[in-house]
Amino acid sequence: MTDMLTPVLSSQWGQDKSWKLARYEATGGYRALRTALDMQPADVVGLVKNANLRGRGGAGFPTGMKWSFVPQDNPNPKYLVVNADESEPGTCKDIPLMMATPHTLVEGVIISAYAINAHTAFIYCRGEVLHVIRRLQQAVREAYAAGYLGRNILGTGYDLDIIVHAGAGAYICGEETALLDSLEGRRGQPRLRPPFPAVAGLYASPTVINNVESIASVPSIVANGADWFKSMGSEKSSGFTIYSLSGHVKRPGQFEAPMGITMRQLLELSGGMRDGHTLKFFTPGGSSTPILTDEHLDTPLDYEGMAGAGSMLGTKALQVFDDTTSVVRTTLRFVEFYKHESCGKCTPCREGSWWLVQLLMKFEAGTAEEGDVDKLLDICDNIGGRSFCALADGAVACVTSAVRHFRSEFEQGYHTPARELFPYEKSALFAAEGDR
Amino acid sequence: MSGHFTSHFPESGSVDQSDQSTSIDETTVAELRELAGRYPQPRSALLPMLHLVQSVDGRVSPRGIEVCADILGITTAQVSGVATFYTMYKRRPAGKHHVGVCTTALCAVMGGDALLERAKKRLGIDENQTTPDGQVSLERLECNAACDFAPVMMVNWEFFDNMDPAKTDELLDSLMADEEVVSPRGAALTSWKEAERVLAGFPDGRADEGPSAGDASLLGLGIAADNNWSAPEADAKPAAETPEAAK
Repeated sequence: MTDMLTPVLSSQWGQDKSWKLARYEATGGYRALRTALDMQPADVVGLVKNANLRGRGGAGFPTGMKWSFVPQDNPNPKYLVVNADESEPGTCKDIPLMMATPHTLVEGVIISAYAINAHTAFIYCRGEVLHVIRRLQQAVREAYAAGYLGRNILGTGYDLDIIVHAGAGAYICGEETALLDSLEGRRGQPRLRPPFPAVAGLYASPTVINNVESIASVPSIVANGADWFKSMGSEKSSGFTIYSLSGHVKRPGQFEAPMGITMRQLLELSGGMRDGHTLKFFTPGGSSTPILTDEHLDTPLDYEGMAGAGSMLGTKALQVFDDTTSVVRTTLRFVEFYKHESCGKCTPCREGSWWLVQLLMKFEAGTAEEGDVDKLLDICDNIGGRSFCALADGAVACVTSAVRHFRSEFEQGYHTPARELFPYEKSALFAAEGDR
Repeated sequence: MSGHFTSHFPESGSVDQSDQSTSIDETTVAELRELAGRYPQPRSALLPMLHLVQSVDGRVSPRGIEVCADILGITTAQVSGVATFYTMYKRRPAGKHHVGVCTTALCAVMGGDALLERAKKRLGIDENQTTPDGQVSLERLECNAACDFAPVMMVNWEFFDNMDPAKTDELLDSLMADEEVVSPRGAALTSWKEAERVLAGFPDGRADEGPSAGDASLLGLGIAADNNWSAPEADAKPAAETPEAAK
């Protein structure tokens, strides 16, 4: 049996000056890079494939398989792009990782870029996290100075440049093809697939886009082996991962555990719900994943477990809401987020998210009309699956799952304002006037 | 409920053409060119270049758009199209300090809504406005990836975690009085313009300030240490191959 918590990526977060190169090297940092550079690139791909590392950014696509789709006979340069645009509501794991131990990511980038024969890699980080960008910039500078980046890395003849790129405020750029458009200096709007980025990505060249946590997990796999990685989690959901618990729990925070820990276990670790309150609902992996309730406390938080419960593992961002919370209010807020962040390219998403907000505001005000719940679901039906990217599906998932679990609460919106049913000040962590 | 029937970010249209003022000089142009040279294809530098324009002009200025278009060999319409897509680009001058309050669902419910109202009253301005002395501007934020520290505020894109009314008042008063403020998970605050320069790709040497992590980030790590829990040794075997699993 593996332990309940298995800190790997987070193991050094508590160390003084953990972001410095010297500190990272003192705990074994960049040894995996030397190991990887002694291997053939294809063997590194094979190792990560064998470990069955699946994407930690939401979709769960096997990382090694993604790498193997890069056509090595394509004459264009190959690119590696790290998706560090962490913006999915509830998701807060990559930011602390890059803040505390940016070299874990940089080492992962070098190994991964070597595996796909890329000589230029980008770390596309959301712009609204100044100190994280400072630490990334410095880590890359340190890595150049130490000979881990640049020309003829560690005397192996391998060359790599990393560019740290700050975004400018757009959730949609976490969608991989929108990210590529943004990185090309355009509005961040998703592309139609195929062609997939592995074939025609950045500058129409073969490109791999991976989440921060996925890439940061690679050095540990190279250092300890695929079997080690698979000794944690299950066959289909192998390895460790970072779970982020937020909301109405006694102690919110980050928990690095084998895949498949349950919500009940995480709640116990965080001290349980606030005193005097019970769990009402939670998102398993950010606001785009259908909400779950206390009936799912013992469902393994892995890819299969969440799919079986009608949801998704997503980014393992568990936002916990207690019995004081109006689900109508939170649903409106989530949909307002998607409305604001819709890039406007696809009509169903651009217009539909707007209509959802209009209708949900009526529910919140208690002025919705008989039958509006069905209208809500009907609008959802005309958005989900009818747009280029998954933003539209996320906008719909939070509505349909909320109605599925709490339909009667929405129906109360035909006559009673949400804040009368659930006084908003009771959900806040402090008493204050002026909240809406 | 404030009847937020309009968009949270109601501005539309292009940048403010009525304000043609600029501080962009030859040095800025040289730095913009340098940014363009850092990428395999120059246009990739447009986002950092617009950050740099803001660091000089305090907003995306008409002159800034022209210079970017000129350096990249694209039209001003193409640059404007990009500048108006992203929320971090401001069409009117932001304050010396730019304050954001997260009001996406989780932060909103846990007190973010109340904090935003409080900030508006304290500063005497509405969302997307700047105090008359130019010291502080205010906006409503979407999720800033710090949910385990909710409710969250940002100043010049530095974290201010676990906010409450008293801490909000204290923070805003210090900013208005131009006193030194240190982010609990970052550096001593610079100005928003200086922050924009770092985002553009010109480091300010402050990476070593501040802690490795906040308390919430270290929670699981601490619990693991208390219980002697750790990742398996390097020779561990897959779960499916252990005798336990074979039973």
